[in-house]
Amino acid sequence: MTEDIINFIPQMISFFSNILNVLIFFPLLGVLIIAFVPREKTQVLKALALIFFLLEAFFSLHIYFHFTNTGVIDQFMINLPWIGAWNIHYLLGIDGVSMLLVILTAFTMPLALIGTWNSVGQGIKFYLISLLFLETGMVGVFCALDLFLFYVFWEVMLIPMYFLIGIWGGENRVYASLKFFIYTMAGSVLMLVALLYLYFKAGRTFNLLELYNYRLTSMAQLWVFGALAFAFAIKVPLFPFHTWLPDAHVQAPTAGSVILAGVLLKMGTYGFFRFAIPLFPDATLYLQPYLIGIALIGIVYGALVAMVQPDMKKLIAYSSVSHMGVVMLGLFSLNQTAMTGGLYQMLNHAVSTGALFLLVGMLYDRTHTRMISDYSGLARLMPVYTVFFMIITLSSIGVPLTNGFVGEFLTLLGTFQANRAAAIIGATGVILGAVYMLWLVERVFFGEPKHTHGLGADLNLREVLVMSVMVFFVFWMGIYPKPLLNKLERATETVLLKLEDEREMALLTEQSSVTGQSGTHWSDLRPLVLSLCKMP
Amino acid sequence: MIPKDFIILIPLLPLLGFLINGSITYEQLRGRVCANKSMVSFVACLMPFLSFALGLWVLLTLALHPEIKSISTPHLLDWMILDHFHLTFGLEIDHLSSVMTLVVTGVGFLIHLYSVGYMHDDPHYSKYMSYLNLFLFFMLVLVVADSLVLLFVGWEGVGLCSYLLIGFWFTDKEKAKAGKKAFIVNRIGDFGFMIGIFLIVAAFAAAVPPDTGTEIARDFLSFSYLKTHAGVLTPIITAVTLCLFFGATGKSAQIPLYVWLPDAMAGPTPVSALIHAATMVTAGIYMVARLHFLFVMAPFTMHVVATVGLVTALLAAIIGLTQYDIKKVLAYSTVSQLGYMFLGLGVGAFSGAIFHVMTHAFFKACLFLGAGSVIHALHHEQDIRFMGGLVKKMPITAVTFLVCTLAIAGIPPLAGFFSKDEILFMTYANEHTRHYFWVGLFTAGVTAFYMMRLFVYAFTGKTRYEHPEKIHESPWTMTLPLIILAGLATVAGFLGMPGHSIIGGWLSHLGQITPHHIEGSALQEFHLMGISVGWAGFCALAAFFLYKRNLNFTEGLKRTFKTLYSFIYNKYKVDEIYDFLFVQPIKGFSQVFLNRFFDQKIVDGLMVNGLALSSRFLGRCLSLIQTGLAVHYLLFLLIGLCLVIWFIVNG
Repeated sequence: MTEDIINFIPQMISFFSNILNVLIFFPLLGVLIIAFVPREKTQVLKALALIFFLLEAFFSLHIYFHFTNTGVIDQFMINLPWIGAWNIHYLLGIDGVSMLLVILTAFTMPLALIGTWNSVGQGIKFYLISLLFLETGMVGVFCALDLFLFYVFWEVMLIPMYFLIGIWGGENRVYASLKFFIYTMAGSVLMLVALLYLYFKAGRTFNLLELYNYRLTSMAQLWVFGALAFAFAIKVPLFPFHTWLPDAHVQAPTAGSVILAGVLLKMGTYGFFRFAIPLFPDATLYLQPYLIGIALIGIVYGALVAMVQPDMKKLIAYSSVSHMGVVMLGLFSLNQTAMTGGLYQMLNHAVSTGALFLLVGMLYDRTHTRMISDYSGLARLMPVYTVFFMIITLSSIGVPLTNGFVGEFLTLLGTFQANRAAAIIGATGVILGAVYMLWLVERVFFGEPKHTHGLGADLNLREVLVMSVMVFFVFWMGIYPKPLLNKLERATETVLLKLEDEREMALLTEQSSVTGQSGTHWSDLRPLVLSLCKMP
Repeated sequence: MIPKDFIILIPLLPLLGFLINGSITYEQLRGRVCANKSMVSFVACLMPFLSFALGLWVLLTLALHPEIKSISTPHLLDWMILDHFHLTFGLEIDHLSSVMTLVVTGVGFLIHLYSVGYMHDDPHYSKYMSYLNLFLFFMLVLVVADSLVLLFVGWEGVGLCSYLLIGFWFTDKEKAKAGKKAFIVNRIGDFGFMIGIFLIVAAFAAAVPPDTGTEIARDFLSFSYLKTHAGVLTPIITAVTLCLFFGATGKSAQIPLYVWLPDAMAGPTPVSALIHAATMVTAGIYMVARLHFLFVMAPFTMHVVATVGLVTALLAAIIGLTQYDIKKVLAYSTVSQLGYMFLGLGVGAFSGAIFHVMTHAFFKACLFLGAGSVIHALHHEQDIRFMGGLVKKMPITAVTFLVCTLAIAGIPPLAGFFSKDEILFMTYANEHTRHYFWVGLFTAGVTAFYMMRLFVYAFTGKTRYEHPEKIHESPWTMTLPLIILAGLATVAGFLGMPGHSIIGGWLSHLGQITPHHIEGSALQEFHLMGISVGWAGFCALAAFFLYKRNLNFTEGLKRTFKTLYSFIYNKYKVDEIYDFLFVQPIKGFSQVFLNRFFDQKIVDGLMVNGLALSSRFLGRCLSLIQTGLAVHYLLFLLIGLCLVIWFIVNG
């Protein structure tokens, strides 16, 4: 017993000498400490949480500066046995994509908290605990390389988000949170089935790096890919699984919306990139046109529906559907430039949409209405707010020298090389984006000033500070994206090489089957999938 | 010799001006400081002036050292560097961009100066000045860019500034709408531009095998790469150039995307002069001239360019005949003159088109500023029917306006005559477009007519303004630019004297599709000149005397051709047609079908909540079984047991 305790301390030290462990568990330390603070001391609670978020953001810089850009998932690896009987490991590691997503998460949290400092009154303690828990879950999702561990983090993250919407949300919060929960749960369950199938097939392993070298038969790939894709498509969200998003966004408290747009949606596309595409290359290649089609529908449909929303948050939510469609288009073009652009667009979307939600939240804090028709001529009444809103709008519609342009341009440029029609349809999103955003700006900010009830002073120093950080990212990522692009591209290259091998193998099997040898290959699946599509 | 790093300053100085005045504006918005207007004016005017001086230095360097083809600073900063595609920021000034730089900064400086007077009483003066500086920054980026994408950066940037400045007085909803319309119509053009860029990159990427080392330069979109590898694009050159030209129709207000420019007159008048007449709208012409080596490879596109230009020139000029808003007349005249420039490009007269860009910048800026001077004096009265007699009250404005009216009408020896005539002559010299010459000539007459009509309406006769005693000539900051511009509009033409054209020699690297019958051309040009001068003079004089005698002499015609007149007066109802064909259907479809029906009823209602409801219904049904009575459970147990036994027996 005493020996255990003696061993425990050095074990802990060695465990936390890995930065990823620090990043994952540091927020939990925050939870522990906050739990002992009385609930009435709201300022102390908020200050403590903020310190934890800021420190976490500071720690996250470590992985940026100590990162070696190898392109494979080999950075800051840690592998500990966890549930031995099931061969489940505590396996973490990151590559360029997950590194940037972890940093994104770590920076989103403090900004979301500062930006909504006074928005939440009731139950602030539990609110902060939920946020800290959420951060643990999100960082964990991006770092986990053991599929079971990934699943655990995925579910961990769901619960605090459910609380955030359900407790601190708007008037229709119960409906929205339940919808969010059940929808995501439905996806998760399918994902679990898929992961278990993979686990048993591949000889009882959840280790992603081992699974990368394991190939299911083409047929099985289709099913497993389908199950995973369903889970991820809900998260992205892809058309037609998107209707939880407007409800969740509208009802969520501002910080919830920011995190939802900034980080949670990225988990869907991250899942596609990290799991679905490299694990099931045959299925990816086979379903590519359908997924591109869905992505394109998302781009155009999201933009058109966004255009006619009367509620600002809903408008931005639908614009998310459109923007995330661009990400999916880039990923499934399976072209290096487009994929890199698509991944970059993930980061852009987090910045611009996150900032838009913050801005709408700041307005909502004052007036308690999100209806566009309740506003007019705001530019005269809140000029500083208007400056920030305009800059973020430009970023959202992808004006050059802002971050949005880099992502959209590279995505469409690469897509064009892979699939011209897709790129041309996708590029209409650029026009439509300008239409709905500028129309929003026109209705809210221009025209005769209208004193909406509660509309007080312009942005205060705290709000200006948060938005200035956002604006800094907008321009930095728009003017000097090179270091980020470089890290994303190396990771992309690895995935594409894997697919390339698969393509060659498929060609080889095709040749061998021509010469009379037996063997299943992916082109056999065509009639089957076609018949599936025809089923009522 | 100008140190080559200095050329970075040409665009950056106005950016600095924007940042300084922008910060002042921001602090003012936060209510901390009250902007010192004279300091704002000083910064705002100094920056373009310094850029102009640097531009002049570049021009002199290029002129004195013929061996230097261009001054460039490539690779200022890496932008998007990928394995298969490189983009860097880099600047390059050659003969073409040096001319444009001088026009932009020179006219830009004068208009900044003018704005000091015009906008002085506006409460948002510093914001206005900072926007103007920002515009100049983007325009200069567009001009001195060394790659197509950097040009596109400037291209979108000037569009943004145009949006901000059109909607500068945004409390008026109509003005805000006009700004939005300009931006969106331009975006539609940019869509074509982007597709053009994609086509180029795709072709180059396919030509360079992807597995060759990454050290190979892959900045496909730099002009030098485009020029040296243009051959690769041969199979798709028509598509590429048509896409790029579609972009140009947006920015330079040609058919089918010209509809935004008349509405853009909602902005302050100096903005109309600078952005919507002298500089930004010529970006499309500049882009085509810059990529002339691609356009000459595609004869079909050239033909399209010439045709679109010609038709736009004619149709816009005809609308100009009917308008009563002084700025609208000038706006349509701009559209029409831009059409001329495209006609010039289309027939291969690249240097002629750029020459016209230059002279047009002088006289049209002067006309707009003159109009601004009038509007300023008349307290925002823009309808020419309520003007009149201003020649006595505002002599400087009137004289400069008249000079520029004659210049645009093509009366020698003013600038417009030389540049327009060069385009018309080249149209005639090109056998394929010879018949275009006559249409162009006719349009020149129409131009002379409506411009003279405008002058007569606004400046001669009796004063029809209700408070004639309040009319005063504008302050010197406004009249000085007018005088300088009118002076330039008078003398600039001699740069392009037929036979020994300085500007033609300067821009000789643009190449010129030389007329086949070069020997007889001097004489022929002389004849054609005579015809066009005679025709333009006749039309101008006709307009002068007809309108002088009776301003409403067309009333009878209007009544006879009522439908036709209202059709033209309402700009051929193109706005209404677009609205009917595109705007309303898309809006209605999104609102009624996609949003209310499909998204809410089908996807969310039927699929999502339907699934939820049906599972809840199923649950209800099943819960009926859970009665809580032990007897019932026993009964089920018994039934189950029977079934199991039955299965075992029959299994």
